[in-house]
Amino acid sequence: MSDPMRIRAQAQGSGAIVRVLMSHEMETGLRKDAEGKTVPAWYITEVSAALNGKTVLTAHWGTAIAKNPFTQFTVKGAKAGDKITVSWVDNHGDKRTDEATVA
Amino acid sequence: MPSRRQILAQSAAVAAALAGAGLLPARAQSAWNKAAFDAKSIDDVLKALGMSRPVESKDLTLTAPDIAENGAVVPIAAATALPGAKTIAFLIEKNPTTLAGVFEFGDAVESSVATRVKMAQTSNVYAVALLGDGRALYAKKEVKVTLGGCGG
Amino acid sequence: MKRGIRPLIVAACASLLAGAPALQAQPSAAEGIAQYRALLAEGNPAELWEAKGEALWKQPRGPKHASLEACDLGRGPGVVKGAFVQLPRWFADTGRVQDLESRLLTCMQTLQGFDAAQIAATPFGRGEQQTMESLVAYVSAASRGERFELPQARPEEREAYEIGKRLFFYRAGPYDFSCASCHGEEGRRIRLQDLPNLTKNPGDGIGFAAWPAYRVSSGELWGMQRRLNDCYRQQRFPYPGYASDATIALSVYMGVNSHGAASVAPSLKR
Repeated sequence: MSDPMRIRAQAQGSGAIVRVLMSHEMETGLRKDAEGKTVPAWYITEVSAALNGKTVLTAHWGTAIAKNPFTQFTVKGAKAGDKITVSWVDNHGDKRTDEATVA
Repeated sequence: MPSRRQILAQSAAVAAALAGAGLLPARAQSAWNKAAFDAKSIDDVLKALGMSRPVESKDLTLTAPDIAENGAVVPIAAATALPGAKTIAFLIEKNPTTLAGVFEFGDAVESSVATRVKMAQTSNVYAVALLGDGRALYAKKEVKVTLGGCGG
Repeated sequence: MKRGIRPLIVAACASLLAGAPALQAQPSAAEGIAQYRALLAEGNPAELWEAKGEALWKQPRGPKHASLEACDLGRGPGVVKGAFVQLPRWFADTGRVQDLESRLLTCMQTLQGFDAAQIAATPFGRGEQQTMESLVAYVSAASRGERFELPQARPEEREAYEIGKRLFFYRAGPYDFSCASCHGEEGRRIRLQDLPNLTKNPGDGIGFAAWPAYRVSSGELWGMQRRLNDCYRQQRFPYPGYASDATIALSVYMGVNSHGAASVAPSLKR
């Protein structure tokens, strides 16, 4: 069970700046642990963001995205009270969705 | 076997995943591009992404630090005000996996995104944008990577 | 093909090294690092620990199935805001000067029934040490921006300061290092890390005022205890022990020296 994302959506001008902090190991599959065994790749492969239920952004990620990834983007036409939903899927098939309200 | 309506009604997670797969504006959802993520050179990645022969352009801004104190987390961002920029990809030349990520913008978002990447060593970072008319633009910057000292 | 390319590569590297300063005003390394840190200031992964810490503070846990909401961190039971910048301090119920980790151990034992000694013996990043990481992030975040004001009213607190000072300057181990070897003077540096002078107030959000912190290099949140543990490792000293009187005394010395400095914890570190 993954930890919740931190999503902050701040109205600015006619849109909203959305900042998302995700909790994920983002293992490259190239690292060796203390015993010398390769730690298997484990990383978010798909991300999507929606405004009031309609997808506005999608992303495909590889192993080069940093651990505990931070992403920032700007949604046009979003106003205070609108709902921002962010979802991710990783290469294990684990999923997570969290939401926030535009402040 | 639960019906699609039942699944949508149940969990937000599944609903959002289905929404991500089915309600994309206008364009078809692209699958995770294995060829692009496996490619080892800038040219091969661009070919796999269908962004061959990009032109360097000041209309695409790439923000990245001159020095990354720790290559494990390097903040980079790209933005363009040109209309119809549907996709921005980030490439790190000297990484074992050159392609870091691809962002696809719907009509309701600005064509700008900030993210954080891992860099194995000092390298050029590329942002490549695909415009609606099929043109590809790029911007690049060298980011020096150092491990830093024992303190802090 | 190979022979033709190598001189080209050498020439290119040479011109990169020689030509770059001529092309633009090359920022100093310190400025470059400052720019890097500024770009990371938003969205500190420590926030993930803060959120978890808040949940763990309120969640009934342990053999006694109780939350930590009655825990006294120095400003009264359950008062979290402002507590961090007054630690370490003396506590009547234990009769000891305690830092944040030590006080959390006390509360986890008395309120929740955990075995404090066992948690202290658990390696960093495992088991209940992960709980400690989250709790220190939560508690320190509640004092973000406030200024350090460690009490020195009690003789035990003043004694801890003096002991901390002795320990700070105590040279031993195979390299004859003390804390002061790195942190005893202005202007010291290891590679690209500026080493703050901890014998005085090094400024807002620096040194003592910068921990706990998310350590990018390990992708984990480090409390002061873990930071001290790593200092001792770097000096090739045996570690005095998690939440031991010695480590608490060091924190009293550094914390009192930082009087008036604003805390930025939990911050972001290399």
